[in-house]
Amino acid sequence: MEIHAYEKFWLGAALLLIVGFIATVSYGAIGAGVEMIDDDGGTVDPQNLDQHPKFSDPGVYKSGPNEYDVYVIAKQFLFQPGTSEPIRVPANSTVTFHVTSADVIHGFEVVGTNANTMAIPGQISTFTVEVDGPQEYGLLCNEYCGSAHHAMEGTMKVVPEDEFNASATAGGA
Amino acid sequence: MATFVDRYAEEASVIKANLVVSFVALGIGAFFGLVQALHRTNYFRFIDSVDYYTVLTGHGVLLALVFTIFFLLGLFTWAVVQSLERPMPDIRLTWAWFGLTTTGATFVAIAILAGFMPSIDMSADVLYTFYAPLQAHPLFYVGLAMFIVGTWLAGADWFLAYRNWRGDNPDERIPLQTFMVLTTMLMWYLSTLGVAVSTVFFLIPWSFGIVETVNPLLTRTLFWFFGHPVVYFWLMPAYLMWYTVLPKLAGGRLFSDPLARVVFVLFLLLSTPVGIHHQYLDPGIAEGFKFIAMTNTMFLLLPSLLTAFTVVASVEHGARQRGGEGYLKWLGALPWRDPAFTGMALAGAMFAAGGFSGMINAGMNINYLIHNTLWVPGHFHLTVGTAVALTMMAGSYWLVPQLTGKRLYSRPIGLLQVVLWFVGMVLMSNAMHRAGLVGIPRRTAEPQYQSFDFTAVIGTVGELRAQIAIGGTLLFLSVVLFLFNILLSAFEEPIANPVDDRLPAPLSGASGSPLVLDDLRLWTGIAVVLVILAYTLPLAGIVGDAGFFGNVPGVPVWVSANAEAIVETLTEVIA
Repeated sequence: MEIHAYEKFWLGAALLLIVGFIATVSYGAIGAGVEMIDDDGGTVDPQNLDQHPKFSDPGVYKSGPNEYDVYVIAKQFLFQPGTSEPIRVPANSTVTFHVTSADVIHGFEVVGTNANTMAIPGQISTFTVEVDGPQEYGLLCNEYCGSAHHAMEGTMKVVPEDEFNASATAGGA
Repeated sequence: MATFVDRYAEEASVIKANLVVSFVALGIGAFFGLVQALHRTNYFRFIDSVDYYTVLTGHGVLLALVFTIFFLLGLFTWAVVQSLERPMPDIRLTWAWFGLTTTGATFVAIAILAGFMPSIDMSADVLYTFYAPLQAHPLFYVGLAMFIVGTWLAGADWFLAYRNWRGDNPDERIPLQTFMVLTTMLMWYLSTLGVAVSTVFFLIPWSFGIVETVNPLLTRTLFWFFGHPVVYFWLMPAYLMWYTVLPKLAGGRLFSDPLARVVFVLFLLLSTPVGIHHQYLDPGIAEGFKFIAMTNTMFLLLPSLLTAFTVVASVEHGARQRGGEGYLKWLGALPWRDPAFTGMALAGAMFAAGGFSGMINAGMNINYLIHNTLWVPGHFHLTVGTAVALTMMAGSYWLVPQLTGKRLYSRPIGLLQVVLWFVGMVLMSNAMHRAGLVGIPRRTAEPQYQSFDFTAVIGTVGELRAQIAIGGTLLFLSVVLFLFNILLSAFEEPIANPVDDRLPAPLSGASGSPLVLDDLRLWTGIAVVLVILAYTLPLAGIVGDAGFFGNVPGVPVWVSANAEAIVETLTEVIA
């Protein structure tokens, strides 16, 4: 088969580009430790979330020194917690989200960040983020979930550590 | 010298029928697009935000499935007949698959459009992806299944034509256009298995109430098993035209037949074992499987990068035949007044931009920033929305006259139309990409929220909205011009040679390409093995989690959209 010289050069450059892309993604996953959503979260019975040790009372749980677990239920058309009350986490902490859905497929996106996952009934999405200084973030559902999908939103408040501890001892988290 | 319709009158009729369905869907779908562009940017609203999702479902299904695939059905029939130089084996079979696909598409359209009429207890506001447990009316899934089976019959028809030709030509190479059709259809058979299993075994019984529950991750994964390769099903007709028609329009001929075959073989091999890259953010699928899908996806860039080379080289050759010279000055020698050429060339240029944003999507980690944001529709309006749609419209200016024997009503209007599309898409797509980067989601009627605002990094959110609204309006105008131009062409007087329909042989012909490229059994076998490797374990894991039929009951969209019905249900529950 006749392949012209320019064609060979182009083919080589294209392969180099592809291998380069795969290498950067691999570096991100292994070297830089960018964590992906995977099957670590396990499963849950979506019709009996009230019998789950944590989803029966979703919210913020302290899991270690400066480490927190946040359990969130997405359902038509709210986040629990998140919508009627903000998710409150302390500044400069490590936060692991556990997100599931009680009905249809939703999205859970912390606006303007890469904290973003699908919420699928029966599955638990788990991902960990490092939280910086105090700031308020928007939450939104980014997967169409029904007629009022556009109203499904919430907030996450990163509050100073002392403020968080004060509210925690008052019976919050 | 007569044209296609004079040689194959019956085939021309079926092809025209396919194009009519395609263009009707294009008109309705484009109007829905205009409604969305003006509604979600808050420039002009005349529907309720609840109905936005009916419009969005209609836009997605009518354009992505009906417009594109009916055009493909017409184009591929033309390509098979004209490259094998013989009529279809039995025109009744050809009409039969046209009837089945059209009936299926009509059922789907009825189920969707009924969503506008509260008096009819029917809706399919489940969007183009129809993720369970959102549940559409059964007619939607039944229509979809009929449509898919219809495309299978169309493929069988083309394979039959090829087999008959092979009987008479035992030692010839498969003509290039037929080769492209056959490899594309093999890819399609393999990939539509996912959506066929999903609708026939799970969604249809479930929508009729025979099965109570679904496994949402399973039906979603089966959707994407089909949902990425369908992208190449849209793209391959455009590639067929870029490889075999565009070089001719440019005044030259295809650079390399062997490389074109390599490209189509690569698409057959790699189109399907990549679907999980749409599920990078899904729980229940291990990271390793996502990594495999990512790697395959990156290698899938190869055939498109090779196409960029071959098509540009062929066009440059054409320009030099027309007297073009210099490193870049030859660009000026191209036939820019020909709407068919200019439309395809602009479509190709935009596809390059779409390819780059697609590389971002494919990057497993940076994808987190843009997943389900407006970036994604920004991306696919460059690919399917321009590379495919604009090539199909531009190609029609050259193809339709061969089917009718009548010249195009107006070439200047055609030229204006393709340029309008390009300008409209530059505005809309660039704004969508940028909006996605600041986190503005896709698929929503109200992209402003009560408890927070979006802040654009460069420019303002208001400016992005203006670009989307203006871009969307220009795109709609472009479709109106296209449809009127085609419609008015029907009233022209028939002439002997409405277009120059000769396709010159490639510079490097088929004789130089290895015979193994034409071994369709071998490539199909490898494609099947790759799919088995990519999908067996993830699917086993998903079924292991919740079984085939899952534990999630359906949420019918036409009940949740109707407050009265909810109240009724509640009253029943209390009573």
